[in-house]
Amino acid sequence: MIPELGQLALVLALCLSLVQGVLPLVGAHLGRADWMALARPAAAGQFVFVTLAFGVLGYAFLTDDFSVLFVAQHSHTELPTGYKAVAIWGGHEGSMLFWILVLALWTFAVACGSLSQPLSFASRVLGVLGLVSAGTIAFTLFTSNPFTRLQPAPFDGNDLNPLLQDPGMLMHPPTLYPGYVGLSVPFAFAVAALLTGRLDKDWARWTRPWTVGAWIFLTIGITLGSAWAYYELGWGGWWFWDAVENASFMPWLMATALLHSLAVTERRGIFKSWTVLLAVCAFSLSLLGTFLTRSGVLLSVHSFASDPARGLFILGLLLLYSGGAFVLYAARAKHMVAEGGFKLMSREAFLLANNILLVVAAGAILLGTLYPLFLSNLNLGEISVGRPYFDFVFPLLMLPLAWLLGVGMHAAWKNASGSALKQRLALPATLALVLGTTLPWLVFGRATVLAMIGVVTGLWVMLSALLDPISRLARGARPGLTRGHWGMITAHVGVGFFIIGATLATAYNVEIDRAARPGDRWETAGYEVAFVGTRHVEGPNYTAEEGEFELYRGGELLEVMRSQQRVYRVQTAPMTEAAIYGTLARDVFIALGDDLGGGAWAVRVRVKPFIRFIWLGAIVMAFGGLLAASDRRYWRSVKAAAAAPAGAAARGA
Amino acid sequence: MPESRPAMTGRLGALVALVSIVAAVCASAQQPPGQPIPPIDDPALDARYQALIHEVRCLVCENRSIAESPSDVAHDLKKLIHEMVLAGKSDAEIAEFLAARYGDSILYRPPVQPNTWVLWGGPAVLLLLGAFVFVRIVRARAAQPIEEDEPE
Amino acid sequence: MWRYFVPVAVLAVLAAFFYGGLHLNPSRITSPLLGKPMPEFSLPTVRDPAASIGSADLRGQVTLLNAWGTWCVECRHEHAFLLELARSGVPIYGLNLKDDRAAAVAWLDDLGDPYVTSAFDADGRVAIDWGVYGAPETFLIGRDGTVLYKHISPMTPAVWRQDFVPLIERECGSAPCPSLGPQ
Repeated sequence: MIPELGQLALVLALCLSLVQGVLPLVGAHLGRADWMALARPAAAGQFVFVTLAFGVLGYAFLTDDFSVLFVAQHSHTELPTGYKAVAIWGGHEGSMLFWILVLALWTFAVACGSLSQPLSFASRVLGVLGLVSAGTIAFTLFTSNPFTRLQPAPFDGNDLNPLLQDPGMLMHPPTLYPGYVGLSVPFAFAVAALLTGRLDKDWARWTRPWTVGAWIFLTIGITLGSAWAYYELGWGGWWFWDAVENASFMPWLMATALLHSLAVTERRGIFKSWTVLLAVCAFSLSLLGTFLTRSGVLLSVHSFASDPARGLFILGLLLLYSGGAFVLYAARAKHMVAEGGFKLMSREAFLLANNILLVVAAGAILLGTLYPLFLSNLNLGEISVGRPYFDFVFPLLMLPLAWLLGVGMHAAWKNASGSALKQRLALPATLALVLGTTLPWLVFGRATVLAMIGVVTGLWVMLSALLDPISRLARGARPGLTRGHWGMITAHVGVGFFIIGATLATAYNVEIDRAARPGDRWETAGYEVAFVGTRHVEGPNYTAEEGEFELYRGGELLEVMRSQQRVYRVQTAPMTEAAIYGTLARDVFIALGDDLGGGAWAVRVRVKPFIRFIWLGAIVMAFGGLLAASDRRYWRSVKAAAAAPAGAAARGA
Repeated sequence: MPESRPAMTGRLGALVALVSIVAAVCASAQQPPGQPIPPIDDPALDARYQALIHEVRCLVCENRSIAESPSDVAHDLKKLIHEMVLAGKSDAEIAEFLAARYGDSILYRPPVQPNTWVLWGGPAVLLLLGAFVFVRIVRARAAQPIEEDEPE
Repeated sequence: MWRYFVPVAVLAVLAAFFYGGLHLNPSRITSPLLGKPMPEFSLPTVRDPAASIGSADLRGQVTLLNAWGTWCVECRHEHAFLLELARSGVPIYGLNLKDDRAAAVAWLDDLGDPYVTSAFDADGRVAIDWGVYGAPETFLIGRDGTVLYKHISPMTPAVWRQDFVPLIERECGSAPCPSLGPQ
């Protein structure tokens, strides 16, 4: 009975989202204030029912209701309670419901935050969001219903995939999904602007915090995914250029470009059509990611189970939303071009170059990800495109961006003085060059050209970002920078950390695979590893062989490390839990492999210098975004609106 | 060979399925595990070997290199590449050897041939397009009047 | 003003590819060996280490080469059908991968031996030459030794009828085929 209530709630949510989608948009077109005013209450109602549906599914998991097919597929009585709760997003149907919930949350937030905007605009924004909700809920109800029953109900379920039984499972989707889905908000703002034909600095000021918010979530979500893959998959890799990873990275690149384009639009009132286009592209890539990962089209060459019906539906949604927005763009964008000059040497030009490079990078990743599909489709062959391609193309595009970044941060708007820039940046540039070329030698005793280039670039970005506050402090003055400015500095410092971490973890990565017997001791990259032995371990829903290792440096015991080869009782696929001894300076990663018989075990040791800088850099970037979004100028108008709600609501088209 | 995949196909599920296939398939076709292949003494040769095994795809896994796969096929191919590197074969020869037997899709570095010209040339073309767009916009904007900066 | 239409155009092209991709026939993993002469090999047989079997033996008639191993769970699913094929006159040669000789012989004795002979590929090198990456895999070899077809996963009557028989018939031309197995 209760699961049916969940389904009913979803149906009601669909109806409300249709109301939210259609009537306000039509109303805005016709000038009917009563229809426009439906947007906010409809959004609130949709939010209530979606939450209800989500709660019902959660309840089904927590009460082990295996009569619900989805619960039977992804849960088990022995599954720890914490994992039962998060198993909702452990499968397609449930994760779609989560998608819808996140969208409803964003919509609700926009509805609350839109009080300072004219109703004719806010109703359009919420209307677009309503249409997106409607399509997604319809897709879920008709092709991916999480409330489908299983009769007769089995005694127990299939258990959650062991790889997902991990704290990372708690954190990764709840940060990634708000990012993905959150890009629908700037999308909605952009479409609303195209519909009204007006886009001014106010629009940019309204759109920017939402974009930053989605961007922050996406940054953290991708970072957590990378860190989780690193310690969960047992091989020491942190980025694989998988289709699934690329599906989340491309929207991130587009969102970053969007952020920077908004900066120009907010400041100068130009680049309007570019900003709108980027907003539409960012969300389109989000939808594309949904399509690629749920339709089975990319994996279909190597798998047997794919659901063309689902794929067709998502493709239809993609054409509806992206296609519709692009058609609007083709019709309306040319009327948005505004006057505003700037010279080649100016911040606008640097930001333009920055955005072009980000878009080209996203395009290149899209090309590499889709290329095997293109060839298969045209019967021109079967190839694989993997790390060697992406690791070659992506840094090639991003290094120039990083070099320009360091300069662009200090370029004046409209017309910057090249000589003044040269003077200011001579010191950080020289420092970066000197430190970047010598430090690798000092720390590691060897350096490749690529390693040096990477470190120099990372240091350059960091030093250039910190130039302003440091030089002011050095003069004895207080930095006196706005929060927005601090946000920019922090975010770019994060970029620097990331570049250094990625460079060093790749260039100085040590990988040793060996057969070891208890009592063996060997040297790896300046550390000594001693294999103490193995013992049998019983977990809550798995059995494991646990290998104990001792890590020494210079004769001193640093850490006792334990790695497990687990076999979960229900889904019997073996899984490795690696042992990681990690500091900011390096990770030592030990994984117990197969039992080779005769007392010998396969052991994998990885030493990854500065790999934590990668995730640290990303977190710092996200924090920078937070600082920037909290700048007072975005919240002034909210306070003003709260003080005069009558006035704001009355202001019509 | 690969049986029906785990039922989930969400973004998360796809990532997990990508990896759990390794375990599932390998568990169903498991021979006694092979001895790990020892590193090569010559650091230059060893570096080549390490790089190569990261560029060869494990065909029974969803999307992993043979360096990251516990499967037997991966192990056999690693052994083979190990021997070929020690025998003095070049990277290109080894890649060709494998592609001739398993098809181009076993290589993560797509060979440069007519059906991959668009792939390898694409980013450069996109970059040129981007440069073209940049020049056009900057030229147009530089010609426009630049008014005094209004107080922010 | 045409540049404003570029995004729609790009989306349309992508959508067309995706539509096609959704209808792609999942996995007929093509082998680069198709249409080429089979890889030369010569290996000892499973039952008699002194005897040998090689590519020369597979020429002159339409034959099947089936990769198998006692460790291969899926191989059991096709075993009954292979026996049927063998009984109706289809020459099947086995390629025993990385197995234990005694276990392999016992397996054949227990479950039935559909093979004219099985080659014993202890280290799997011949399998690599054939582009085999697991079992079961079955190759169709023409009279002149050309590799006509490769099938991955267990052989079933449906697969035999749909994929192998048409190719065998084409190979034979107007003359009746030596053996088309159970029809």
